[in-house]
Amino acid sequence: MGARWWICGVSSGRNLRSLAARLHPAVVLGLGKLLSTASSTPQVCVVGSGPAGFYTAQHLLKHHKQVQVDIYEKLPVPFGLVRFGVAPDHPEVKNVINSFTQTAHSDRCAFYGNITVGKDVTVEELQQAYHAVVLSYGAEDNRMLGISGEHLPGVYSARAFVGWYNGLPENQNLEPDLSSETAVILGQGNVALDVARILLTPPDLLRKTDITAHSLEAIAHSKVKRVWLVGRRGPLQVAFTIKELREMINLPGTKPLLRPGDFEGLRDVIKDVPRPRKRLTELMIKSALEKPYEREAARWVSATREWGLKFLRSPTEILPGVNGKQAVGIRLAVNRLEGSGESAVAVPTGEFENVECGLILSSIGYKSLPIAPSLPFDAKQGIIPNSMGRVHNVPGLYCSGWVKRGPTGVIITTMNDSFDTAQSVLDDLSSGVLDTSICKPGFPSLKEMLQHRGVHSVSFSDWEKINAAETAKGSEVGKPREKILDLQLMLQLARQ
Amino acid sequence: MFQTAVYLAEEESQVSEPSDDVVNVVFIDRSGQRIPVKGKVGDNVLYLAHKHEIDLEGACEASLACSTCHVYVNEKFLDKLPDPDEREEDMLDMAPLLQENSRLGCQIILTKELDGAEFTLPKITRNFYVDGHVPKPH
Repeated sequence: MGARWWICGVSSGRNLRSLAARLHPAVVLGLGKLLSTASSTPQVCVVGSGPAGFYTAQHLLKHHKQVQVDIYEKLPVPFGLVRFGVAPDHPEVKNVINSFTQTAHSDRCAFYGNITVGKDVTVEELQQAYHAVVLSYGAEDNRMLGISGEHLPGVYSARAFVGWYNGLPENQNLEPDLSSETAVILGQGNVALDVARILLTPPDLLRKTDITAHSLEAIAHSKVKRVWLVGRRGPLQVAFTIKELREMINLPGTKPLLRPGDFEGLRDVIKDVPRPRKRLTELMIKSALEKPYEREAARWVSATREWGLKFLRSPTEILPGVNGKQAVGIRLAVNRLEGSGESAVAVPTGEFENVECGLILSSIGYKSLPIAPSLPFDAKQGIIPNSMGRVHNVPGLYCSGWVKRGPTGVIITTMNDSFDTAQSVLDDLSSGVLDTSICKPGFPSLKEMLQHRGVHSVSFSDWEKINAAETAKGSEVGKPREKILDLQLMLQLARQ
Repeated sequence: MFQTAVYLAEEESQVSEPSDDVVNVVFIDRSGQRIPVKGKVGDNVLYLAHKHEIDLEGACEASLACSTCHVYVNEKFLDKLPDPDEREEDMLDMAPLLQENSRLGCQIILTKELDGAEFTLPKITRNFYVDGHVPKPH
């Protein structure tokens, strides 16, 4: 009797979990079934430790007094795109790590890094161990251009480039070719602007950020002086947001190349558009058409680097050099717009423009991948089909973040969306849809199996050792941190 | 300006307690519940909310890099706030359910003039049922 309560009782805590860890999973499950009348500690697991995962966990822990939340992460380090996506010169955006850390320090929350769900442990196994499983694993792939020459040296996905300067282990050997004067970025979203800004920022400003050391060295020797951001539609359809555009316009040592013709007449058009689009367009119009203030004008005159927006252009071919082994340009189809506003469609006019460039970065969007073939996945939209975060036709399975709604939005979008999913889980706990009278053992039942499979998880306190090593290394050179790129070294530090 | 100072001086003289820098404000949470709070002159509304366990985020810790502390300020007090600067306006553009009286909580510093102000949290998530909706099993 007592033993059952130890394992499945409403009370939770480390002692209970470590006791359960010593028992065979089948015993734990069996005992749980005997205890059909009492309700056990709700066990929830979250797959992915980016903003979606952490905000889902935060809401669950804040609004339920018993729930245990375990966060699984494939890398040994947490925080997903806050660590590997947010630009190094945006440290204030990374402040959110402090509240995620607070969540991870809750005694009802555990972090299990270095476990790849779908490979080291299956979603089905997680579902056996937990009352609810929330998939928050984001969008790990990028959309392809689907044009000839896409695989030539000199062409990279913006995603890989971002991963390279942000210390993502899988991108550490990208070695992008920065030897040409002109770079073309395909896409006009915030990732495109981040990449343009990192390419054009004076290296001395980047030196104080947590940009990866070898990337900084490469960028410091970069020959890139001009960056074009190419969009298939017009100025009223750009996807970037105003803060990022303003930063670009004010970037030291650079000047914007905005074609007045692209913006003439737009003032009348934007009178009735919603405020964010209106202010964003006004800023572009002002930079393109108005005489700059004295200080700005002086900066433009002395600028050694420049960037511009090319509208109504779709890439049709990467142009190879004479040896056929290197990109030397890109061919763009000229479009016109049919319709207006957000739903306007780009239609080719039949004209083309060639742009000479040795660096091409494709930034046309991220893409989620299915985590298991047996689970529902909408390949066209690149999301898991769901209603308010409840995965269709799979009771007990939920999703949040980009894998739920697609790879768009800023951190508040993911926050709200994750709170929504967490609330669905809480509603299902209180309504009995998630049956907590059946005991679920949580991580302890998986621990032995993972060890058998040679998987060694990294805890949050292990991560804090890695974190300490990174910040110590960074402080030697006046950086907030120097990220460790080698997975083995991360694991070594974790085990110390 | 002079008049304001006189007014304040008169008011202060009437309040004999040492707590004459108290500013009474009300938070209205996402379920519509009114939560009266005693703040002090100089308090930051975001951190005042945190102190009273009101669910206002603050992901970027008041560094104007997010809009997770978006609140609505009741009209009467909107004019008593300094105009938002460009950086706050830029972040407000990212706030869901933006209104004329939207501000970022982290940019509101309490003054005596704000005594009686109400800060309403936007009902950003569909799941905080305030209309009697009962979730159904799927």
